[in-house]
Amino acid sequence: MNIVRAHILVCRGTGCSSAHSEEIFKRFEEELKAQGMADEVKMIQTGCFGLCELGPIVVVYPEGAMYTRVTPDDVSEIVSEHIVKGRIVQRLLHTEKDSAEVVADLSKTKFYEKQTRVALRNCGVINPENIDEYIAVDGYEALGRVLTEMTPEEVIDIITKSGLRGRGGAGFPTGLKWKFASAPAPVKYVCCNADEGDPGAFMDRSVLEGDPHVVLEAMTIAGYAIGAHQGYIYVRAEYPIAIHRLQIAIKQAREYGFLGDDIFGTGFSFDIELRLGSGAFVCGEETALMTSIEGNRGEPRPRPPFPAVKGLFEKPTILNNVETWANIPRIILNGADWFASMGTEKSKGTKVFCLVGKINNTGLVEIPMGTTLREVVEEIGGGIPNGKKFKAAQTGGPSGGCIPASLIDTPIDYESLAAIGSIVGSGGLIIMDEDTCMVDIAKFFLQFTMDESCGKCSPCRIGTKRLYEMITKITEGEGTLEMLDEMEELCHHLQKNALCALGQTAPNPVLSTLKYFRDEYIAHVVDKRCPAGVCTKLLTYEIDPAKCKGCTLCARNCPADAISGKVKEVHVIDKSKCIKCGVCMSNCKFDAIVKK
Amino acid sequence: MAKKKTVVPFRGTAEQEAKLRELIAAHKDMRGALMPVLQQAQDIYGYLPIEVQKIIAEGLGIPLEQVYGVVTFYAQFSLNPKGKYSLAVCMGTACYVKGAGGVLERIKQKLGIEPGGVTPDGMFSLEETRCLGCCALAPVMTVNGEVHGRLVPDDVDRILDPIIKDNG
Amino acid sequence: MKSLAELAALREKAKAEVNLRNNGEDKIRVVVGMATCGIAAGARPVLAAFVEEADKRQLKNVMITQTGCIGICKLEPVVEVYVPGQEKVTYVKMTAEKAVKVVTDHLINGQVVSEYTIGTEQ
Repeated sequence: MNIVRAHILVCRGTGCSSAHSEEIFKRFEEELKAQGMADEVKMIQTGCFGLCELGPIVVVYPEGAMYTRVTPDDVSEIVSEHIVKGRIVQRLLHTEKDSAEVVADLSKTKFYEKQTRVALRNCGVINPENIDEYIAVDGYEALGRVLTEMTPEEVIDIITKSGLRGRGGAGFPTGLKWKFASAPAPVKYVCCNADEGDPGAFMDRSVLEGDPHVVLEAMTIAGYAIGAHQGYIYVRAEYPIAIHRLQIAIKQAREYGFLGDDIFGTGFSFDIELRLGSGAFVCGEETALMTSIEGNRGEPRPRPPFPAVKGLFEKPTILNNVETWANIPRIILNGADWFASMGTEKSKGTKVFCLVGKINNTGLVEIPMGTTLREVVEEIGGGIPNGKKFKAAQTGGPSGGCIPASLIDTPIDYESLAAIGSIVGSGGLIIMDEDTCMVDIAKFFLQFTMDESCGKCSPCRIGTKRLYEMITKITEGEGTLEMLDEMEELCHHLQKNALCALGQTAPNPVLSTLKYFRDEYIAHVVDKRCPAGVCTKLLTYEIDPAKCKGCTLCARNCPADAISGKVKEVHVIDKSKCIKCGVCMSNCKFDAIVKK
Repeated sequence: MAKKKTVVPFRGTAEQEAKLRELIAAHKDMRGALMPVLQQAQDIYGYLPIEVQKIIAEGLGIPLEQVYGVVTFYAQFSLNPKGKYSLAVCMGTACYVKGAGGVLERIKQKLGIEPGGVTPDGMFSLEETRCLGCCALAPVMTVNGEVHGRLVPDDVDRILDPIIKDNG
Repeated sequence: MKSLAELAALREKAKAEVNLRNNGEDKIRVVVGMATCGIAAGARPVLAAFVEEADKRQLKNVMITQTGCIGICKLEPVVEVYVPGQEKVTYVKMTAEKAVKVVTDHLINGQVVSEYTIGTEQ
């Protein structure tokens, strides 16, 4: 008999893969073979553990020891110490940032303790390329029960009662969407939106890479509920690992008979096809996505008619995003009440966020709706690095807004965030500290939406460009106070008149920063000054004569020859030549160069 | 930005064309086949020149202008092949003031191509990039990712001549 | 896939594969010293016997795991059994045959096999 005494899990999510986790995996296999233990230790590649900041991550069971920032060179030590001798390699264990305590069990870290994993429950636990592991954690049980024991109406009913709302951004009730599409029609479609495009958001990728079968199972359940027999997954071409795992999963599901004809002997047939995007942000909008699957330029269509009536190939269609799908099988198995018991009155369940930016624990977190921003930043995120102050959190990417520090106790749910001018969105959560210029952030997102506007409707095509031009002038010190009012007015026009959500939400970053950080805009406009020291046109670099030792390092490195001075004498920056690249400041060993 | 039309003569082989026709035949009855066909055609040729688009248009029975419209809509479809040597001149602020414009101008003269273009022999392609983050070396250009810094226009000959010589 | 029963059967089989990773609080833990000295003294067949026996008897509440050197090399192979709510029992100079008896007497029937324990050696 083949006895496996230990499991080594290596994260093969995109974050860790780009940090050589493939090589680490291979080195483990070689090392175990060399030690003659290839049969007693099982190697498993998993999806994202969610703690990308500390990647590549390797977990060794049965102890559950989590090794972080593993390099290929650490492999032989882990094998010879932990696997052969049973001694955990302390130096590679995760250490909590605010204590010296070394944590051996990953579920005991503060980062995981506060989380409730529903959509991510299998990520980092099972091997995503092995359907048996998915089955072992109750995979496809929900589909079996739905097909053999429930009517389509009962399925829609349970989803409606659970209170699940779309996790892609808009937060539309999922059960209601399915109900609209359930009216009789000969041909219908089920689509999965895996065209995750917000900068700084990667939760859908993690689900696809870590638990691809959950999406297939959920889509098949939806197919039964509305009477569709064909599904499409539209996934970004930029996610090669996710595409690869989905292809494997679809093949395995067909072999096992979870996709295809006569599933569970009920006569119900359903199949899923994969379609790849080709690099257009707007295709994450539901009607644009469908236009793209049809083989056209990915431009949105006016609504109504809504996709539930006339969607893909002009047939009734439901489209949900990856994270929404990942909740469905659990709701079927545990019941609507279980799901509805998590979260707030109107926002049920959990939400996955990508915690990035100026935060100690960068990574993927799944929290019950209604958790406060403070809990996420201070407890799960471990606070702001380098002793800096929390300034704002940006949620919802280019469609969202900025939440100032004064509102840090806001619960994170659809209603609370909407009330303060932001959105839950797809789940980007970018933390900013005092070194971040809010005008610059708004400009960054405007440039993004301007570049990604498809050009079909003029409010978005021209509006985003005009807004970008105005905000650029402000960051260059050429703004006026009237301009702020003009921007606000233009923003409201865009919100009302753009064809799709891309244009309607593009003003959000501008409006929310204007609302909460108007003083920063005024500093740029009136004082011609950038308080955070980011907008280069408004900065001046100066040398503090008291600190300058005359080492000449700055002068030698200045790309513009703007610094002059003799050895051992105080140097001076010629402001007319200075290009504000900051090279002098990063080179100075005496902190003598100041940015104003 | 408008995609520059290629000046490279089309050099598709019979083998590539056979693969493309096979691909088209396999997708003929698929709904919404254009995107998958374009994606895989780009894998075959490395880019999507008008000649390839014409074959696809005829093969799938879709008007050429519609094919062209789709190709130019999505960022990942390319109308140009990349040269064997891909040149990029940094147009970040530091490089710009230190004379990157002059370097770029010299390359344009020497190779006879504009940014976004490729030489007819497929040897060099040229791009302008945003700041590469090596301002202390300004102005810089990269050749297949390798950085050359503190350039003056004459350096262009020093860098490119050996490559031209090596490739006869 | 034709029925829920077929899926359940498949799941039971697959579960055995991943069970190692389900580290529950209420489980009996069997810890085998697998340091170099323990392995040299024959800890591997002991571990194998525990795993095989527990598997054969479908003991779902038992977790078999390894640990490093316990520090009593002359008594290796050493096996420690942790039953929730009870004092730890340390078995010494273990063999595969002894392991089978520990599984049947101690793990299943709750009777400590006192003749194998560390107390008899001191």
